[in-house]
Amino acid sequence: MTSSQLLGFTTFAYLAASIVYIAIFVFRAKKLGLAASLLILLGFLCNTGGIALRWVESYQMGVGHAPMSNMYESLVFFAWSIAIFYLFLEFKFKNRLIGAFAVPFAFFSMALASLTSPDIKPLIPALQSNWLIAHVVTCFVGYAAFAVAAGLGIMYLLRSTSVDGVKEKNPDSLLATLPGLKVIDDITHKTVVFGFLWLSAGIITGAVWANSAWGTYWSWDPKETWSLITWFVYAGALHARFTKGWGGKRIAWLAIIGFVAVIFTYYGVNYLLSGLHSYGSG
Amino acid sequence: MQKNKNEVWAFFSSVKLALFTFFVLAVTSIIGTVIQQGKEMQYYVDTFGAGTAKLFQLLNVPDMYNSWWFISLLVLFSINLIVCTIDRFPNIWRLVHLDNLAMDVGRIVKMPKRQAFSSDLPVAEIAQAVEGVSSSWHFERAEKDGGVLFAAQKGNWSRLGVIAVHISILLIFAGAIVGSILGFKGSVMIREGGSVKQIYLRDANNSAMPLDFELRCDRFELELYDTGAPKEFTSDLVVLQDGKEVLKKSIEVNDPLQYGGLTFYQSSYQPLEDGYAIEIENETTKVSKKFFVSPGRPIKWAEESLDFGITNRMGPYAMGRYRHKIWFNDASQKPIEFWTEEGKMVIVERPDTNYTFSIRQLYYTGLQVTKDPGVWFVYFGCAIMLLGLYVAFFLSHKKVWIYISSEESRSRLHLSGTSNKNMIGFENDFSALTELLEQNDSLKLTRE
Ligand code: HEM
Repeated sequence: MTSSQLLGFTTFAYLAASIVYIAIFVFRAKKLGLAASLLILLGFLCNTGGIALRWVESYQMGVGHAPMSNMYESLVFFAWSIAIFYLFLEFKFKNRLIGAFAVPFAFFSMALASLTSPDIKPLIPALQSNWLIAHVVTCFVGYAAFAVAAGLGIMYLLRSTSVDGVKEKNPDSLLATLPGLKVIDDITHKTVVFGFLWLSAGIITGAVWANSAWGTYWSWDPKETWSLITWFVYAGALHARFTKGWGGKRIAWLAIIGFVAVIFTYYGVNYLLSGLHSYGSG
Repeated sequence: MQKNKNEVWAFFSSVKLALFTFFVLAVTSIIGTVIQQGKEMQYYVDTFGAGTAKLFQLLNVPDMYNSWWFISLLVLFSINLIVCTIDRFPNIWRLVHLDNLAMDVGRIVKMPKRQAFSSDLPVAEIAQAVEGVSSSWHFERAEKDGGVLFAAQKGNWSRLGVIAVHISILLIFAGAIVGSILGFKGSVMIREGGSVKQIYLRDANNSAMPLDFELRCDRFELELYDTGAPKEFTSDLVVLQDGKEVLKKSIEVNDPLQYGGLTFYQSSYQPLEDGYAIEIENETTKVSKKFFVSPGRPIKWAEESLDFGITNRMGPYAMGRYRHKIWFNDASQKPIEFWTEEGKMVIVERPDTNYTFSIRQLYYTGLQVTKDPGVWFVYFGCAIMLLGLYVAFFLSHKKVWIYISSEESRSRLHLSGTSNKNMIGFENDFSALTELLEQNDSLKLTRE
């Protein structure tokens, strides 16, 4: 078994899990709940195994390094983070309907990864740092939370169309099976808060790494700047909530806008702008 | 504080202003990621036209993150943060130190989170027993309104988390300012075997700045992967103070040298046009010596009566390496010529003894030099920020009260509590305490 096979299998497991989670929601097929959970768990285990195996393989090739150094590896790790974060949410809130809005992100990430080159490349000197690992891990845990928060934001906006003030328009409608608006709003907020802490840590570890490699902790390169923009968006969302009592649709939209900024930071900057970061070559 | 509460103060302490600044900073920051920074004016004229380029120059767009208006935004942001913190601090401090026993009993017994019990025991006895209950809450006691009030709290300091986060941002800014005033950035190239006493600042005219020590590079090594991609750059550096070696260190890309407040980072390298290091060892006596050689120049190793030199070269071959033709003569006066490859050892057989001979390209090592006395403020600020965020987000200020009084013929015990956030977590704490009291035999409580 190679890591590529294992990760290929992961992609299918996440696809299958996404389909089943969506089916649970769309066809009210509660009975499929266990199957969905097992599929995502299976995907997660394969994902974990794939990352571990890839790590081992890189050592066997004599260019050993943690598998977090290029676009492919970061997408694989992104999917892993989304999966574990979602599993945690499902365990904590005992609700599988969130899966329909969160698990597809894990699949998309793996699908995108399969479009980039999976070759294990040796690390250039600047990337040979433990701070890099800390940087990637913290950023992607944050990004995963923001992905799920965006999914929850979409869920909230859909759900809100079925409610008139506080009254259900039609208690039998499909959307009425989703958790109540207050519950979604609360989980979205908690998820954003969690992501914000990790994004902050991600920016900080990135700065420390840059300082140890180049002697500058902040150089306003496009990737850094975009991560700061993302940080401002979420800081704005949090303050609007804490002090102005914003909630509901506005926070749902901000969760979505924030995630668009995340995607741009992560993906857009590499392909549309130029800078120091090395992921673009993937 | 009253006189401060004028409109200006209100403006600078408002969160509305903070939201506005977040928004404006986020949006304007995009500009510098889309328009290339730090190019010559001509570039902007060619790309955007003369009129737009003029406007760019006016707004300092080519260096927008240091422009007057962007810095002003950051200043506004800082003032907002400072004023807001000063404005809110007294209230937060008050909440941290609030005397919970002074709270009105009428309010305590009506808290949204509450549980009432009744008991046949007299009030004093229940109060006695409550003091004996061991829980993670440390209760304080007061006689109040004819009954007995107990109060306890956890995490009151967590209210300061927000302040820590806000101050951490100011610390980071302070560090950046200290760095930009007292620090500098520069660079220097040192030839292998050579040394420098000055560096060149990264300013408009690359002015030279003398060092108060000498920095020598004994060796630079470029390691490549099989693919030809760089694996590691290493420079063996030596710090000399009045000609004496005071510090030696091999630096790599992620591992700089620090001395005298300066940090030297491995950043680049450049092969010398015509500089090679030749190492020769007498295989019999094991005496060896290293020479810095230019092609076409004869070299003498007097002790060994050797003459040699590079007479020709071919290449470059794989990984930019050359082959060199060497002219070699010893005391026997029977000169020979042979080809050698960079990085490979050659054995030169001579009548008296054999020599091992190797040749290597010499490099300049490129060092980035920085002095940044502010970086520790920045790191300290970062640590405080993470700590503060954790406290602000995940810890909460929880309070519980127990009020025991006699009502009609029986005693009643009211348990109530609040938390400033994480109500779900608090509810667990609260029910644990409820059960603890209920199951305590010496209290003899019945839930109402
Ligand atoms: C990017 C910079 C900033 C960050 C990272 C930040 C972070 C935070 C955090 C984490 C909280 C948490 C509150 C809680 O959990 O209760 C908070 C609250 C708050 N922030 Fe900021 N903040 C920033 C800038 C500002 C600025 C410029 C202001 C200026 C007015 C401000 C005003 C407030 C206020 C008033 C609160 C509510 C405090 C409370 O609940 O008592 N913040 N901030």
